[in-house]
This record gives sequence, structure tokens and C-alpha cells, in this order.
Amino acid sequence: MFADLPILSLTIWLPIIGGILVLASGDKTANATRWTALVVAVLTFIVSLPLYSSFDPSTAQMQFVERAPWIPLFSIEYYLGVDGISMPLIILTTFITVFVIIAGWEVIQYKPSHYMAAFLIMEGVMVGVFSALDAMLFYVFWEAMLIPMFLIIGVWGGPNRVYATIKFFLYTFFGSVFMLVALIYMYFQSGSFDILGFHDLKLDLTEQILIFVAFLMAFAVKVPMWPVHTWLPDAHVEAPTGGSVILAAIMLKIGGYGFLRFSLPITPDASNHLDWLIITMSLIAVVYIGFVALVQQDMKKLIAYSSIAHMGFVTLGFFIAFMILGNQNATSGAVLGIEGGMVQMVSHGFISAAMFLCVGVLYDRLHSRQINDYGGVINTMPVFGGFMVFFAMANAGLPGTSGFVGEFMVILASFRADFWFAFLAATTLIIGAAYTLWMVKRVIFGKVANDKVAALEDINRRELLVLGSLALAVLVLGVWPAPLVEVMDVSITNLLKHIAVSKL
Amino acid sequence: MEKIYLLIVLAPLFGAIIAGFFGGKIGRAGAHWVASAGVGLSTLLSIYVLSRFISGEAEVYNETVYTWMISDGIRMEIGFLVDQLTALMICVVTFVSFCVHIYTIGYIADDEHNWPKESLAGRNSYQRFFSYISLFTFSMLMLVMANNFMQLFFGWEAVGLVSYLLIGFWSVRETAIFANMKAFLVNRVGDFGFILGIAALAMYFNSLDYAEVFAAAPAHADTQISILGDTSWSLMSVICILLFIGAMGKSAQVPLHVWLPDSMEGPTPISALIHAATMVTAGIFMVARMSPLYELSETALSFVLIIGATTAFFTGLIGIVQNDIKRVVAYSTLSQLGYMMVALGVSAYAAGIFHLMTHAFFKALLFLAAGSVIIGMHHDQDIRNMGGIRKYMPWTYWTSLVGSLALIGFPGFSGFFSKDAIIEAVHHSQIAGSSYAYYAVLIGVFVTALYSFRMFFLVFHGEGPRDEHAKEHLHESPKVVWIPLVFLAIPSVVIGYMTMDPILFGDWFKGVLHVLPEHDTLAALGEGIHGPNSMIAHGFMGPALYLALAGVFVAWFVYMKKPSLAHEIKTRFDFVYLILDKKYYFDELYQFLFAGGSRGIGKLLWNVGDKGIIDELIINGSARTVGRFADLARNVQSGYLFHYAMAMIVGLLLLLTWFVIF
Repeated sequence: MFADLPILSLTIWLPIIGGILVLASGDKTANATRWTALVVAVLTFIVSLPLYSSFDPSTAQMQFVERAPWIPLFSIEYYLGVDGISMPLIILTTFITVFVIIAGWEVIQYKPSHYMAAFLIMEGVMVGVFSALDAMLFYVFWEAMLIPMFLIIGVWGGPNRVYATIKFFLYTFFGSVFMLVALIYMYFQSGSFDILGFHDLKLDLTEQILIFVAFLMAFAVKVPMWPVHTWLPDAHVEAPTGGSVILAAIMLKIGGYGFLRFSLPITPDASNHLDWLIITMSLIAVVYIGFVALVQQDMKKLIAYSSIAHMGFVTLGFFIAFMILGNQNATSGAVLGIEGGMVQMVSHGFISAAMFLCVGVLYDRLHSRQINDYGGVINTMPVFGGFMVFFAMANAGLPGTSGFVGEFMVILASFRADFWFAFLAATTLIIGAAYTLWMVKRVIFGKVANDKVAALEDINRRELLVLGSLALAVLVLGVWPAPLVEVMDVSITNLLKHIAVSKL
Repeated sequence: MEKIYLLIVLAPLFGAIIAGFFGGKIGRAGAHWVASAGVGLSTLLSIYVLSRFISGEAEVYNETVYTWMISDGIRMEIGFLVDQLTALMICVVTFVSFCVHIYTIGYIADDEHNWPKESLAGRNSYQRFFSYISLFTFSMLMLVMANNFMQLFFGWEAVGLVSYLLIGFWSVRETAIFANMKAFLVNRVGDFGFILGIAALAMYFNSLDYAEVFAAAPAHADTQISILGDTSWSLMSVICILLFIGAMGKSAQVPLHVWLPDSMEGPTPISALIHAATMVTAGIFMVARMSPLYELSETALSFVLIIGATTAFFTGLIGIVQNDIKRVVAYSTLSQLGYMMVALGVSAYAAGIFHLMTHAFFKALLFLAAGSVIIGMHHDQDIRNMGGIRKYMPWTYWTSLVGSLALIGFPGFSGFFSKDAIIEAVHHSQIAGSSYAYYAVLIGVFVTALYSFRMFFLVFHGEGPRDEHAKEHLHESPKVVWIPLVFLAIPSVVIGYMTMDPILFGDWFKGVLHVLPEHDTLAALGEGIHGPNSMIAHGFMGPALYLALAGVFVAWFVYMKKPSLAHEIKTRFDFVYLILDKKYYFDELYQFLFAGGSRGIGKLLWNVGDKGIIDELIINGSARTVGRFADLARNVQSGYLFHYAMAMIVGLLLLLTWFVIF
């Protein structure tokens, strides 16, 4: 019954048009504006649900395809579609946006309509990135995404927001320019911007390596991978809570998604050739960044660094595939790694969102993110303390929470590539727990540290709804990840078949 | 049967959820009723399951409950394996847990006093405590009933989580929240090895299911893998040692034992349940469960044996110099866990599990009795302040005596059978390290008796409590506290006598625990023993019993007869005393090396790597470079006509020169 509706277009344009309406309605009737924004976000979420419920997990073909000419002169098309890789990320986007809107309800008093509109427009644009099958369309959405985030940090951000926004913008823009060059090059080779067409495009090794490196610049910055990660802590620290949530939960995933949609299938031989580079960068992210996270004094910085370390698992999972395929002792495992990376992305979407929201809850009350300004919060905010401990445990990869699933799969898979990959990756069990629990100990537990903490009030219903929903998601995915793994299984198996065949 | 097994697991979970989320609504009584009822039901059903195994009606059950996920052909499932080993374990877990639930009603009754008045964290702490111990029971049952490695790891970490929550239960105490973090992190070091072991299994067996892995294991007995360069390692040794590192964390074996003494910061009931009877024995259970794997690697068995023997002996020594009543029992637990590991190391898995069971009863008893004393002493835990408590707390006294006798292995008591079996099994073993282990566990018997009865005499005998005020208020604990002591005292006496024959020498564990004929130390021992009476008679002929008696005598002589002697020994051997008192400086070393070291590395990487090189040098550096070029370019565009005219002339000249020369 949903087959006739252009669901992807709806999911993209409903929030964008809704956002423009919210923007137009202005701040005079702030409450109505907020409600409108919420209704739009919830509607978008509902509209996106058929993508899951009507999804056919037995095929790797693109589904919900919409295709129309856009700029015929350059054979650019309005071409949308999803497979098992992009679909979960779209649902994640529409899900998280609802909570971002709710989280900004009372907190944002300065131009709330602009704030809400920025998030709604960004939601549509991000869904566009995940569903675009035309490279130019993808690129347009990709760059368009920067603008609302630039504004969100620049307008509602902290004291050092100008440095952070410029750094964020230049970093990501720098990366994407190279991607544009690569896309145009492939357009000249294939005569269209069809991404799936790129997958079958014959390219020799030099071409592949150049294209791979161009993509790497774009995606590594987005993920972000070590050593191009330093924009993230700054952006997070200065961003308002909602901005941090979107940034961590969804925008980082776009980098990971890019590897699966572009790098691996378009340049399989270059990926194979340079996998050591990505694996090294990923493992450095896990270990090096873990240690850096340990010594952070700012909670948001700590979680930002923790995000980088967790995203290291994603890229590790994606790129060990070739080593596993090359290892005679391992019968299989390449699929496990890529699926693990995907699960990690979705799970990190929930957990990092929740962690940033937790910090936001504290920041709204005390206007400080410094760990030293807190202590014994549980004495005044027991419910919040419970949530924080729960999400911290999820962040530390406790089984039964979603944080465990992806890490477990990637560790299992990386063992098949090399013992030492698994060894280094598994150190996150210790370091990840150390930085997370040490923060919890200093912030949540202990005696009431000062009068400000003594005056804290526990979370209200709105915050309870937000944190409770995310906790539920984290728990369900941890206890029963099968539904998520099932929808992506065929697409990833197919991807792996594709990359196992050399283009040379 | 499937419904029964599900009910055994889910009843405590249900209790935990109700008590945890609706604790405020159902009140204290509601919470302890729902939690105790859940665990009580599990206990009854577990006993029923065990009885069916005893009568031979039950068959081994190995089924999937639901599929967690399938990825890359590896099925990861939640499922139960219930055989004789599981049946025994669930009975021990639920029975001890049930006793602890009842005991807790009395112990935690006045918990308000442990919280600052205005703290909201202390609100409903009573209900929360019950929720946690029920949740623990659920997690532990998931662990022992697992039929695959994924679920084993789930249970493994879940009990760790509850342990974390309960050690830090009094979250306003700085020592408690340090101890719980330490416990979690040290356990994570073990889990680090454990997960690598699971990854190795997944790679070579392409399955996480016990049955499939065990069936395929013999085929891999001679597989060699290379990890570092060209040196080749036996696959089974690597897997078994990696898994054992997990057990070293959970079962607190040297050098990962440091968290257990600190875990005593938690309320006493959980010290009994989690840190003595059940959770810490998960490592023992795991190795026994994996006996088909461990049998294939003598290297791993030797490793287990040597670590176990070291733990058994050296942590026991520390127990002698401790003055905190709970810490004495904690070091005793460490030492006894070492004994169990020793049993596993010499392939006497049945003896290890047997000692696990008897120890669960008498150690839970000793902890709960210590808790009862602590209630009587108004939360003073220093044994030097106690004495003469025998007169005031008769139930606690007699049950403690039972527990202590069981612990030192007094003939006829449960601990006697299990401990003697271990010592004799080591004696029969030929595996590398067995002679070291033999002397360690043998002298360990003397040490055990010494610290046990040192504490026993100091607490219960001699002159009354030092503090007159404490003396006035000293009286027996309420019924809910001492009745569980009696419940536990009964099996502490009789369970060994009753079950020794079938467990150690009979066929109870046949088909469950795998022992290669050449490793079968228990069979060698069993040849000379026919029934428990013969075991007792055999005991009189070995040195262990006399060492134990000597330990009791020395304790009595030094601490009761001539108390000045204790002081004299302490000053004369102050060097030894200092090392023991500082627990061999493990804590200081780890604090410096790992806590300090990783913070140092973190600071270095952050300041030099992130801020120095990447941000300052590359990012801001390139921005500055662009700026500098822009400055230069700006100078050229000065706006003065003569500058531009000059530039033109210079340019023309250069061009002309170019054309002339080339």
C-alpha cells in the first residue's frame, strides 16, 4: 500500500518544507512554533517507518526507487533509493531528530523558530545524503548539510564558537572538494552521475588510488578518523546540545556510509591496496584517542573523543574485509566485520546522542561542562544518575546494550584478519570503561561537591521522555539485534561479492 | 522442562524489575516480598530440577530460546544448557541467593543511616538493594545456564555490572566508589583476554555454540598458529589461556586479585553472595565447563595450576595480618578460589566444582555471620575492638564455629572432603608445576587454620568488646538475620559427607566434565577410597589434617594464651609484616603503573599529538601560512600608482631579458 507513495521524497521534503514554514512563522508565537516543529518531526518519523516495515530484506537491489531527470544537460538525475545499508541510517536520522526537537524545547529561548527550522531542514538534507543515488544529488545534499550545522554552532554555540565553526567548515569543505573532483572525473569516464553505474566502472589501479584518496579525504574528515579529527572536539564543545547530538549521532555516520557506498565498491582494488592505511588509522583512533579521552576535563570533549574511538571500530570493521578474504585460515568473517561496523554506527547514534543529552541536562542547570564543577549529582538527581550510569555502561560496551553488539562483531572479525588487530581493538574494553566510568565516578557519585550541585533538580518529564526512549532503543538493540542485522545482511553480502572481484 | 528453565531465570528478573522500577510504590515490604518470592521460586524449581537429575529422570537439555542474530553464518543465540553441572550450580546460586535475600531484610533495614539526610540517592535504597540482588541472581543464572559463549559473556559482564552497582551501593562513600570502579576495570582486564579467546574460537570453529565447539575441538588439538613472527603456538593453549585470563579477573587470581579485598566496601550481604559464593566462582565454573578444551592443552592446565597455587598460598598469608573482619574473610576467599583453580589445573574438575559448592555454603555463612557481628558492633569492623562476643550472640557464635571448621577442613565437615580431595589430587598429578602446587596448598592449610581461628578467637573469645558503650548494646541479631545462618550452617556440615561419593568418584559428572585418562587424578585417588568414612580415615593418615590442627593451636596460643607474643612476632619480623600488610605492594604498583601511566600517556598524546602537532603545527599552521602569503600579496597591492608602474617596468625588463637570452 505504500509502494505507490514517494516515501523517500516525502521523508526528505516534508521536514525541509516544514522547516521553512517554521522559519516563516517566526518567534512571536514561540510555543506554536515548537509544536509545529515537533509535529513535523514526528510525522517525518512516521512517514519514514514504511522504509523499514515494507523493506524487502531478501534483495540487494535498491528499493523505494524514484528517478527523474533533473539537469539533463549533464545527465544529472533526481535519483533516490535505499538498500539495507542506507535504510537503517535514515530511520536513525528521523528517530533522533524527534528527540533533538524535544530536547531544545525550553532551553532555546533565542530565536527558537530558527533553531527548530535549522534542525528540520538538516534532517531532510541528511536523509537526502543517505538516499541519493545520483552523485551530483549526493554532493549537493552533502554540502547543503554543512550550512544548517554551521549556523547552529555559530548562532547558538558557546563562547569560542567562531573558531569552532570556521574549523569545522574548512575541515569538511577541504575534504569534500577532492570528492567533487573524483565524482566529475568518473562522470567523464562513465557519462553519467549514477552511483550504481560507478560501481561497475572499469578503472585502473592508479585511477582507483587517486579516487580512493579523494574519497578518503572527504569521508575521513567526516567520520572523523585520526589524524583529521581535531575539528570534532572543538565543534562539540561549542555546539548547543542539539547540535552535538546531530553531529555525533548522524553526521559522523555519513562518513562511514560514504566508505560503503563509494570507496569500497567503486575502488575495490585501491581499497585492498591501501587497507593497511585505514586499519592503522582506525586502530590509532581506538587506542590513542582512548588515552586522550581519559584526561579530558570537559565532559563534552570526553564524549567527543570517545565518539572518535568508537567510530574507529566502524572503519576497522569495514576495511579488515580484504585481509580476511586473504587469510586462508579464516573461512569467512568479512561480512561480520562490515555488519559489525554498521551496527556500531546505529548503536553509536543512540548512545552518543544520549550521552550528549545527559551532558546537556547538566549544562542547562549549571552552565558548566567541567567535570570538576560536579560531584555527587546522584544525591540530588537520582533518576538522572541512573540514566547516566546506564548510558555510560552502554558506551563502555556492556553486553545487553547496543554498544556491545558492534564492538563484539568487529573484534570477532578482526581476529580473523590478524591477532594484533583484535588485540588492539579489544583494549577498548579497558580504556573505554576507564574513561567513561571515571567520569561517572567524578560527576555522578560521591558526596555533594558544592552548593550548586546541592540545588540541582532532577530531570523533568520532557527529559525523562527523551532519555527513556533512547535507553529503550539501546536496550532493545542490545538484547535483540537480529532485526537490524537481517535487513542489512543481503546488501552487505552482495557488496562483499562485488568487492571481491577485481576491477583490473 | 523448557518452561521451568525459563521460569528459573525470569522469576528473579521479574522481581528485580518490580522492586527496581516500582519500589517507591510497593514500599519496602512489597519489594522484599516480590524479590524474595522470585528467587524463592527459582530455588524451589532448581531443587526440583536437581532432584530429577539425581533420580535419573531428567535428560540433558540443550535448546535455543531465541536467535540473537545470525551474521556471516555464525548463529549467536540465547539458549540453555542444563546438565548435571548446571543443575548443581543453579541450586547453589539460588539457595545462597535466597538465604541472602532473607538476611538482607534484617541487614539493610536501617539503611537510612548510611546516607546523608538530604540525599535523594538514599531514597528507596532498601528497594533498590533488593532489585540489585535479584538482578544479580538473574545474571548469574544466565551465566551458568548458557549453552554458548556469547551468552556466557553476557552473563559474565552482567554479574560484573551488578557487582559494580553493589560495591558502590553507598555511592556517597569515596572508598566505595573507588572500589567499584577498580573492580570493574580490573575485571575488564580479564574480559579483554576472555573476548580474544572467544574471537579465537569463533575464527577456528566458526561457531559459538558449546556443543559444536567441543565436538570439533579434538580435531584442532595439534593445530599450530603463529602470533608473533614465526614462533608457532598451540591453538588450544592460546585459546585456553586467553579464556583463563577472563577467569583470573572474575575469580580474582593473582595478579588480577586486587579488586576483591576492596570490594568489601559494599554491604555485607553482597560480599557473601557475589564476592564469595557465586560471582567469583564463575571463573571456576567456566574452566570446568570448558574441560573438553582445557584437556587438550597441558600448557594451559599448568598455567591454571601455577596461578591457582600462587593465589592460594600468598593471599592466605595476607589474611593473617588483616584486622578488618570482612577483609580477613575476603583474603580467605581469594585463597580458597586459588584452591579451586589448583583442582582444575590438575584436571580434577569435579573436585574444583565440589569445593566451589561447599565453599559457597560455608563462606556465605562466614560472611553473613561477620555481618551479624558487624550489626552487633554498630558497624565497627575492627577485630581488635571485639572479643567475648560469644556470650552475647550465641547463634552467630555457633554458626561461625561451624563455618570456620568447614573452612579449615575439620574431618567430617564439608570443607574437609573438598579440600582433601584437591590436595590429594595434586599429589597424584604429574603435570608441570604440580609439586610446587602441592606444597603451596599443603602449607596453605596451616595458614588457613591460622587466620580463620585468629579471627574467630579475637572476635568471639577473650575479653569483651573494648568499648563499654558497644558492650552495652551488644545483643544477638534479629531472627531474619540468624535463621539464614542456620540454613547455611546445615549444608556446611553435611553436604560434603552426603555428596562426596557421587561427585568425586561416581558418575555424576560423567559426560559433562571431560578428563583424559592420563590426567585423571581423581580416579587415581578414588582407588584407595570407598565412601566418606574411608575418606575421613584417609585424612587422618595425611599431613593436611595435622597442619590444620597446628594452625588452630598456634592461633590459640598466640592470640589467646600469650597475646604479648603476637606483638613480639610483629616487631621482630616487621619486614615480613610490612610486606604482608601492604599486600606485596600490588596496589601501589598498579596505581603508579596503570592509573598514573595511562593518564600520563593520555596527557602526552593530547598535548603533543592533538594540540601540538595536529592543531598547532598542521591546522593552525597552515592557516597561518595562508595568512602570511596573503600579507605578502597585500603588500603588492598597495594602491600607489608608482608601485604599479615600477612593477610593470621590472616585469617588462624581466620579459625582455628572457627573450634575449633564450
